[in-house]
Amino acid sequence: MDWVAIIESTFRGLIGEQFIYFALAAIGLNLHYGYTGLLNFGQAAFMAAGAYGMAIIVTSIAPRLNDDEGIFKLSISEGWMFVLGAFFGVVVVPVVLALLMGIPTLRLRADYLAIVTIAVAEIIRLTLRSPRFDWLTGSSDGLSGFTRTFYDFSPFDPSGRYFFNLFIGNQFFLVLVGWAVLALGVVLCWLVIRSPWGRVLKAVREDEDAARSLGKNAYSYKMQALILGGMFGAVGGMMRAIGFSLAQPDNFITDVTFFVWVALILGGAGKVFAPVAGAAILYAVLGFTDVFLRELVANDKVPDSVLSGTQVGQVRFMLMGLGLALLAAFRPQGIFGNKEEMALDDR
Amino acid sequence: MTDEFADHDELIPDAGPKPGAPHPSHVLPMHDVDVEASRAALADVAWEPGVPKPDPILVADNVVRRYGGLTAVDVDHVEVQRGVITALIGPNGAGKTTLFNLLTNFDTPDSGTRVFDHQPIDKVPAHKIANYGMVRTFQLTKALSKMTVIENMKLGATDQKGESLITSVFPFLWRKQENEIEARADELLVHFKMEHMREEFAGTLSGGQRKLLEMARALMVEPKMVMLDEPMAGVNPALTQSLLGHVTGLRDQGMTVLFVEHDMDMVQEISDWVIVMAEGRIIAEGPPATIGQNQAVVDAYLGSSHDSALDLSGDL
Repeated sequence: MDWVAIIESTFRGLIGEQFIYFALAAIGLNLHYGYTGLLNFGQAAFMAAGAYGMAIIVTSIAPRLNDDEGIFKLSISEGWMFVLGAFFGVVVVPVVLALLMGIPTLRLRADYLAIVTIAVAEIIRLTLRSPRFDWLTGSSDGLSGFTRTFYDFSPFDPSGRYFFNLFIGNQFFLVLVGWAVLALGVVLCWLVIRSPWGRVLKAVREDEDAARSLGKNAYSYKMQALILGGMFGAVGGMMRAIGFSLAQPDNFITDVTFFVWVALILGGAGKVFAPVAGAAILYAVLGFTDVFLRELVANDKVPDSVLSGTQVGQVRFMLMGLGLALLAAFRPQGIFGNKEEMALDDR
Repeated sequence: MTDEFADHDELIPDAGPKPGAPHPSHVLPMHDVDVEASRAALADVAWEPGVPKPDPILVADNVVRRYGGLTAVDVDHVEVQRGVITALIGPNGAGKTTLFNLLTNFDTPDSGTRVFDHQPIDKVPAHKIANYGMVRTFQLTKALSKMTVIENMKLGATDQKGESLITSVFPFLWRKQENEIEARADELLVHFKMEHMREEFAGTLSGGQRKLLEMARALMVEPKMVMLDEPMAGVNPALTQSLLGHVTGLRDQGMTVLFVEHDMDMVQEISDWVIVMAEGRIIAEGPPATIGQNQAVVDAYLGSSHDSALDLSGDL
């Protein structure tokens, strides 16, 4: 048994890039569900918005704007296009998407938003996949080649290994930037939640009519929460696309949304640090089981008839499901949650 | 407002109004309403449905609300006198709560106009009504369970700078106002004798305590008019007297109170004027002591073949 590899894999899950993407998206989902009570089952759509908002601007739009033969004949540098892409991916597209989802549903009961978000997420993924828009989205192959500006800033040797040999240069840069963004996100979330604005969100979650009777525009607050949480999702999705150096439709399947949910529920919805802790634990467990099970199989600790190397990938998700079922049974409030607070729901 | 609340506990009577009792001047001027004059003015008002009042704060005309073929509310004209406690009563299904929702804009009438404090409110969305100075409570108490009592209270304050997403990130922009709001909330909690529950989750309170919290929270809005939807429903009898005292206290502060109630004891005890509804219409108005003798009211409650005066001693 290669214990070093097992520990490395676990540790990488705990602090690595996967954790960062999903922690960011889960912070957004926490604003939606944990604080405002919005059932968003389409966080993957916001993540795709971040990834494609950036990728489309840099790889599809920019060359056409700069084309000497074209109509615009601009000469915008790739660096500025990256900045524009980031703005589109983090601000413009999520806002449009949230308005699109929110305007028809936020005046209605919570379930309608749930239905619409899950549908919109799939519509977006299938549209991105469609060959019809190949020139814009790269269809099922997705888009690549939009990350050069980002990695140009990396002070690390791309072929060197950093941080206990866990990451190669570019990854380490991404993780460092990711941690900084995550820290910023947590602080921002903490600031807005402990403010009177956050108090109104909680009031809307508890009872919209009560909030309304006290002069709060519940609809507007729900929309603001949907937008802000969507932006967090977009940042997560954009970091993910940069990490993969690829924006690809199948990276934003419904499962992605549910991983975000798992991270949130694991941590405990409605607590500022819950999404971070939840995502860290989720990916640490996945990282651990992956290598641990592989090592078991490789060292013949389990017979091939029980578990083979190719089945490890699936089995670890089964174990995760089992873990979630146990969590729901014994600690439904999540790791950070408050059991007494949770019990108030039943009254 | 808070100063007045802080030191006038002795003014909150245990039960009912104290006619003619002199009010220290600092209790009154909250909304410049002379409570005694307002109440006295009602003596000259005729006892008939839709009668004009000397100083109405809320006026509704031709308010109709239909659900499919059913006309839930069809009120030609109603006025609520400023500075007094008006009870809205009627048998089950009379349309009291529907009218209540229409008057507070929580429901939109099919037709009709409503004027609050000389301003038309027909086009005002429900969440802006509080800014006009009207605040309501709910039949099923809406304490915000997973928020603490003090958070519930602070939520009630209007025009909070920190309630905008942009400013919320900069605490120094709203910290001062927040402290003022918290101080006012604490004074109100002391007044309602709930300060020991300050940090408890509202969901852990009893039914009566939730009613008290809801009322206290409504006062954070600094309303001119308080609309209470069945304030006594689900309240432990031990708390009833204190709750009644608080309702009359609102009036003595210069606020106008309109409440929907089933409990006739409460109606008799604290209201200055009673409006009776049946089948969506207002069928009678008058002072509480005489309303039970009104033939239309008796008919509505007991059926038109009944010929004795209505027994108002029990719950209807």
